[in-house]
Amino acid sequence: MKHLLKHNKPYIPLIIGVIFALCLQAYTNLTLPNIMSDIVNVGIQGYTAQIETAVGAEKEALIARQQSYILKTGLKMLGVSVLVSLAGLLSQFFSARWGAGLSRDLRKTVFTKIESFSGVEFDKFSTASLITRTTNDINAIQMITTMGMRMMIFAPIMGFGAIFMAVKKAPSMAWINALCVLLVACVMTIMFKVVSPKFLVIQKIVDKLNLIARESLSGLLVVRAFSTQKYEQDRYDETNREFKEVNLFVNRATSLLNPAMGLFNTLIPVLIVWVGAGRIAQSKLLVGDMMAFIQYSANIMQAFMMVSSMFVMAPRALVSLKRIGEVLDTENEITEKENTIPVLSDRCSVEFKDVSFAYPNSDGYAIEDISFTVNPGEITAVIGSTGCGKTSMVNLIPRLYDVSKGSVSINGVDVRDMAFDNLRSLIGYVPQKSSLLSGTINSNMLRVKPDATQEEIKKACEIAQAADFIEKLPERYDAPVSAGGSNFSGGQKQRLCIARAVLKKSPIYIFDDSFSALDFTTDLNLRKALKENLSDSAIIIIGQRVSSIMNSEQIIVMDEGKIVGKGMHGELLKTCEQYREIAYSQLEEEV
Amino acid sequence: MAARQGGPGPRRGGGPGGAMMRGGEKPKDIKATLSKFLKYLGKYKIGIALIIILSVAASLFNIAGPKLLGNATDVIYNSVSKSLSTGIIEIDYAALKKIVLTLVGLYLLSYIFSVIRGLTMSGIANNITYQFRKDIDEKINRLPLSYFDTTSTGDVLSRMTNDVDSISQSIRETITELVSSFIAILGTVAMMLTISPKLTAIAIIMIPINLFIIMNIVKISQPLYRKQQRSLGKVNGHIEEMMSNHIIVKSFNLEEKSIAEFSKHSDELYNNAWKSAIASRMMMPITNFIGNAGYVLVCILGAKMAVSGEITVGNIQSFVQYIRRFNQPVQQISNVMTMLQSSLACSERIFEFLDAPEEEPDTENPHETRSIIGNVEFKNVTFGYTPEETVIDNFNLDVHPGEKVAIVGPTGAGKTTIVKLLMRFYELNGGSITIDGIDIRDFARNDLREMFGMVLQDTWLFKGSIRDNIMYSKPERSEDEMIMAAKRSHVHHFVSSLPSGYDFELNEETSNISQGQKQLITIARAFLQNPKILILDEATSSVDTRTEVAIQKAMQNLMKDRTSFIIAHRLSTIRDADKIIVMNGGRIVEVGNHRQLLKRGGFYANLYKSQFENT
Repeated sequence: MKHLLKHNKPYIPLIIGVIFALCLQAYTNLTLPNIMSDIVNVGIQGYTAQIETAVGAEKEALIARQQSYILKTGLKMLGVSVLVSLAGLLSQFFSARWGAGLSRDLRKTVFTKIESFSGVEFDKFSTASLITRTTNDINAIQMITTMGMRMMIFAPIMGFGAIFMAVKKAPSMAWINALCVLLVACVMTIMFKVVSPKFLVIQKIVDKLNLIARESLSGLLVVRAFSTQKYEQDRYDETNREFKEVNLFVNRATSLLNPAMGLFNTLIPVLIVWVGAGRIAQSKLLVGDMMAFIQYSANIMQAFMMVSSMFVMAPRALVSLKRIGEVLDTENEITEKENTIPVLSDRCSVEFKDVSFAYPNSDGYAIEDISFTVNPGEITAVIGSTGCGKTSMVNLIPRLYDVSKGSVSINGVDVRDMAFDNLRSLIGYVPQKSSLLSGTINSNMLRVKPDATQEEIKKACEIAQAADFIEKLPERYDAPVSAGGSNFSGGQKQRLCIARAVLKKSPIYIFDDSFSALDFTTDLNLRKALKENLSDSAIIIIGQRVSSIMNSEQIIVMDEGKIVGKGMHGELLKTCEQYREIAYSQLEEEV
Repeated sequence: MAARQGGPGPRRGGGPGGAMMRGGEKPKDIKATLSKFLKYLGKYKIGIALIIILSVAASLFNIAGPKLLGNATDVIYNSVSKSLSTGIIEIDYAALKKIVLTLVGLYLLSYIFSVIRGLTMSGIANNITYQFRKDIDEKINRLPLSYFDTTSTGDVLSRMTNDVDSISQSIRETITELVSSFIAILGTVAMMLTISPKLTAIAIIMIPINLFIIMNIVKISQPLYRKQQRSLGKVNGHIEEMMSNHIIVKSFNLEEKSIAEFSKHSDELYNNAWKSAIASRMMMPITNFIGNAGYVLVCILGAKMAVSGEITVGNIQSFVQYIRRFNQPVQQISNVMTMLQSSLACSERIFEFLDAPEEEPDTENPHETRSIIGNVEFKNVTFGYTPEETVIDNFNLDVHPGEKVAIVGPTGAGKTTIVKLLMRFYELNGGSITIDGIDIRDFARNDLREMFGMVLQDTWLFKGSIRDNIMYSKPERSEDEMIMAAKRSHVHHFVSSLPSGYDFELNEETSNISQGQKQLITIARAFLQNPKILILDEATSSVDTRTEVAIQKAMQNLMKDRTSFIIAHRLSTIRDADKIIVMNGGRIVEVGNHRQLLKRGGFYANLYKSQFENT
């Protein structure tokens, strides 16, 4: 809530404008029935009564005056309705700018905040959730500000205004207004208590229905291979039936309740006429006033329906607001120090010293007591089973996470003492999941090095063994890349990501399982090219294939977060049991 | 209310703006789609007729209301006028009571009709929705696999959820609305005419003015709305992309660039959003003004006419109510037409799917499979995923019972093609595949597929217990047999350590057991199935070493005495295979055994050497 208030500050003049315009709209709207009742009471009834008793010239004069009164009052009505519309336009104009501006500012604050997050915060929220928070939740807030807030302001002004006017016209019939409000409230309460909870149920069943459909689509081959089409159909049918039942309930309930509103709308005027007749008989009410009263009671019902629909909308918006608040209130765990130590060198060594690391909210260490050094011009390979902490370990170098114990340093400087810019400019990182951005091959490359020439890009792609397939594309380096690189195969994506990192020319390279989708020949050629072209860099390769790492200067074998072997291929085969196990399973005894 | 599919679908972007603004998509062939759609509705002929009748009745009753209420006012007004001479107001309560009771009766009837109509409609709409979903789901299983080569899962899902939802909503709302609005317009005009043709003329003149203004506003606002949606798409796309590539943004220091780009898109969205919002919401005040202008004109003219005795005061009151109601259905009909159009486009997409050509039906007299021993032969097999490109050309191979065939090649070489042909997921373009000399087309598809056991890299498990997952294909087997299969596939060991054993529930993403354990479960499944022929995929890239050893042992157990086709990654498997099919670029490039292929010095020899050559 406080974020919403803060972001509304620049829009206070606009908000005042909205409120003013809405007040004007409500006020002018409410005067219309009043003027109409004047026409009836004075223009028709009053003058006619006088005319009937008058005679001769006086009668003529009265008739002329009556005509001009009706015309004048009519024009007054027309003038007022112009005002109503102008006020309406004005309020729309203000609220549109307010809503659009507010959501722009809010969206930017949230986006900027998320861009400053590290892996820790991303783990806390999950990427998908952060995306929905920045898109759907902000949209929901925009909706509620532009439409909801308008209603929130307008409905009470209109409602109370109409009650005030109605009571003024006929105080003795005020109880009918109370009845209006009560009836609307009743229907809305039933809606709220009986129907609304079902929407949650429906959402759950929809998810389940989609899950089953998605499962049987993704498992198409298996379903057919096992001939279990019937089973799958029954599973879907069961949920589909359940879905139908709940929907039917909700639709039926609304079929009962919605026309009820219409019924009140039509019966209330009848009631007013019936009651009004008695009042008129006692000369306590004028016919024109009764007609105005009918209009006011319609206004009251309308206003209360608006308010109650806000009760349906508001909780959803509040949830969105809360979700956005959670993002903005998150304190970043990994921050830059005030006084940073620069590291400016083309040759870097990386040292892990007694490093332990635990993910937030987890009991055990993901990696424990890790110590090793990566020297410039050397390849250090890390191998081990899935989940043994290889990726967690290298994530500590660019400070995607911070160590829990010990230190990671570059050329003797702790990475936590370095500026983010400085640190990350030293590292060329190719993550496990290849991530390309939409655009073209060139635009992906230029993002990391805006001043790169076409020659440099080509060279980087050649090193990454990507040039071959790029040259075959019709647009070559300007070939489009769709979001996530989905128009390229796994191996092609990996090579493009490698090319991007190579282009950046860093003293430190991290390849996190980046060769897994390459066939053996490409893998071999790539490793040769890297060795030749990145001869000054310190290279860390995480791998699964013994064949692609066995020639490294240093191999680190990890198991359950600890280093169980460190050395070269031949050595490790003799000394490290885990390494031997991996090597034999892949290469067989002949090695 | 149609419950929309949840989850992140930010591209869809629900910006502000009514359904009318969206313009909707247009169906390609209205006639054909409509006739198919009517066939679905046909079952509910009586119900729909009832709905139409009820709609007509309900709106007629409603339309009569204001006139009667006006009469009541007149009764009062006349009594008051009369009293001017006498001084005492005497209201004709008998007449008034009659009118009031009639009114209450009419409105109550109208309400009851609306309720019955609503109940009937909900029933029909939900039945049709249910039927559509069921038909689509069943259709999925009858389509040839090749259909899904060109159609994405998301596309089918969207037809199943969004399109069906949109139709359901449209059925519920359009029929009733269309009938009511139509009757309302006709009825209102008729009632207005009975009051005063002169005043009616005013009301009718308002329609073209109103429509003209609406159309012009739509002309301005629709392009703006589209622009807004486009920039919203850009903003959301940028958000999604930057967040899913957060590591890259961080490690390449791209935060500032990303925020700058975001601001650019966001400012564009802001500009388009408020303009579009104003353009689309201009409609309300302006049409309101037209309505009010008509109202005022009626008041002025009506008052004059009332004075001259042409009409009564009650008539003015009724007329004012009619004129207010009059504009509504005109707008309503144009809304409904847009909705109808877009839901026809939705049904077209659904029918497109439902009418897609299905798998060839099974042969009429399918062969028995009981005595099959597993002699598989490919004879002059020719095949291509598309008619233009043949990937397998005149392929011949004889596999004896119990032999092992390794399929090797780099990633993306099309290694699963052979598997798909064997199990008749795709039809051949030429030649034949036989099992024990019987053409696979002479078996029933389900019988044929039951002869094969499959263990793929892409382990397909579902939410449910481990027991259910193992017994997936053979729910009739006993618990003992299941446990036996689990033991032979090394599943029993890790299941025993789970708190609830075989009742352990896999979650929706099946992420609460490891990848390797999942693979073991699919092996157990194959054991339980006890197939004649095996299809195995050895790829275990994301499995830890110890589990990999377990998987390997389990697979070897499984292969004993069965004809096996193995998508091979392990050297030992390849070397021991009786036959090796080498694939590259979607084609079969070489066939032979390890020694023969090495001697040939072709693609296989290169592949083999590159793995074990030192840098």
